[in-house]
Amino acid sequence: MKPAPFDYVAPKTVAEACAILSEAGGGATVIAGGQTLMPLLNLRMSQPFILVDINHIEGFSGVTRVAGGTRIAPATRQAAALNDETLARYVPALVRALSHVGHHQTRNRGTVGGSVALGEPAAEMPATAVALGATIEIASVRGTRTIAARDFYIGPYMTALEPDELVTGIVYPDWGDSHVVLFNELARRPGDFALTGMVGALALGGSTIARAGLAWLAMGPTPVAMAEAEAALIGQTLGSIDIAALSELAMRPTAPFDDHHASAEYRRTVGKRLFEKTLRAVSQVKEAA
Amino acid sequence: MSEHKVEMTVNGARLCATTEARTSLGDFLRCDGGWTGVHLGCEHGVCGACTVIVDGEAVRSCLMLAVQADGATVTTAEGLAAPDGTLHPVQQAMRENHGLQCGFCTPGVVCTFAALMDRNEQPDEAELVYAMSGHLCRCTGYQGIRKAAKALAEGTVGQSEHAGAKA
Repeated sequence: MKPAPFDYVAPKTVAEACAILSEAGGGATVIAGGQTLMPLLNLRMSQPFILVDINHIEGFSGVTRVAGGTRIAPATRQAAALNDETLARYVPALVRALSHVGHHQTRNRGTVGGSVALGEPAAEMPATAVALGATIEIASVRGTRTIAARDFYIGPYMTALEPDELVTGIVYPDWGDSHVVLFNELARRPGDFALTGMVGALALGGSTIARAGLAWLAMGPTPVAMAEAEAALIGQTLGSIDIAALSELAMRPTAPFDDHHASAEYRRTVGKRLFEKTLRAVSQVKEAA
Repeated sequence: MSEHKVEMTVNGARLCATTEARTSLGDFLRCDGGWTGVHLGCEHGVCGACTVIVDGEAVRSCLMLAVQADGATVTTAEGLAAPDGTLHPVQQAMRENHGLQCGFCTPGVVCTFAALMDRNEQPDEAELVYAMSGHLCRCTGYQGIRKAAKALAEGTVGQSEHAGAKA
């Protein structure tokens, strides 16, 4: 339960970090909060030659407003994001999801960017980025690029990030002042990875749904966008959603897995119920309002 | 394999040693600092026994490298009581409410509570219990710990019939 030996470097700038990643030729791993990576190191499931600590890079912590969205710097602590007023106002779905990320003690170290970049399929941060249509900013010695969260995840802990690339920010687009937040998950104990769960947002134009963003967590090898269900919601009012039909659409892209916590069948059954329950709660609240 | 000179303040005392990059803060505190009140249980962030206070925040010392805590101020369970032996209110609350049995999880539990209490945010019982979700107690002594949390939230520590004299 001790990590294999590695070198440790703590660059102060993005350029310095990118140079190290480039020179390492795939042998380096980036550490931010380390709350997912450290267990992987301790269990020797990850054995990098060089650990690149990005906590000391200038400007790598904090939340800022940008054109049409809110940007989170990659090493922003989950605990800080959970209590951030800008995020509470503009990205409430993220704040809701954050309260389910690990424990109070791990959120004090864990970062939003680290979780997004690692791509654990049962984690809340990757699914939230997919649901809300976030854009991920990336840098390397070859230059900078952005990629949609929906194109970023390839498999469990596998992303479109090349070995020499570094996540430098995540931008969550605005969903409007009165958008509806959806979040629900089932976990055996608080702080455990979800057995199944969903996160999303519905933007309203007048009384109808103008835009929908929905994603599953723990229902496939990556966070799973519910594209068909999203499309079916457009133009509907919250009170008139055919929830049974919608949940069938929502289930289509899922490919849940068996593990020692739950079978795929269990995840499918409970996930569908959880989806329907969440949508019902939203439609009833809005009808009563 | 890089080695690093790491210096930190632990319970008011300076701790300086050269250690491998891979050494966790928990192992550094125990092996290089002799602070054996830091209990490493699962070593992958689940059990919470190794929780210490780093710059005012409760964190898992198994999920942080010693080199990452260079320059930090660290408090372990040993650093909570006053120099004259007067228990920290969290320790007193745990004592009065039978909040510990075997004691393995206890250093982490008291560090979590102390970090919350010492921020002067007057956490309520629900917040303390919520923070407790980051700790496993294999004696299943949760009700005693919960009672301690209640006493802390209500400010009734020291008023119990079990308050007793200090050890």
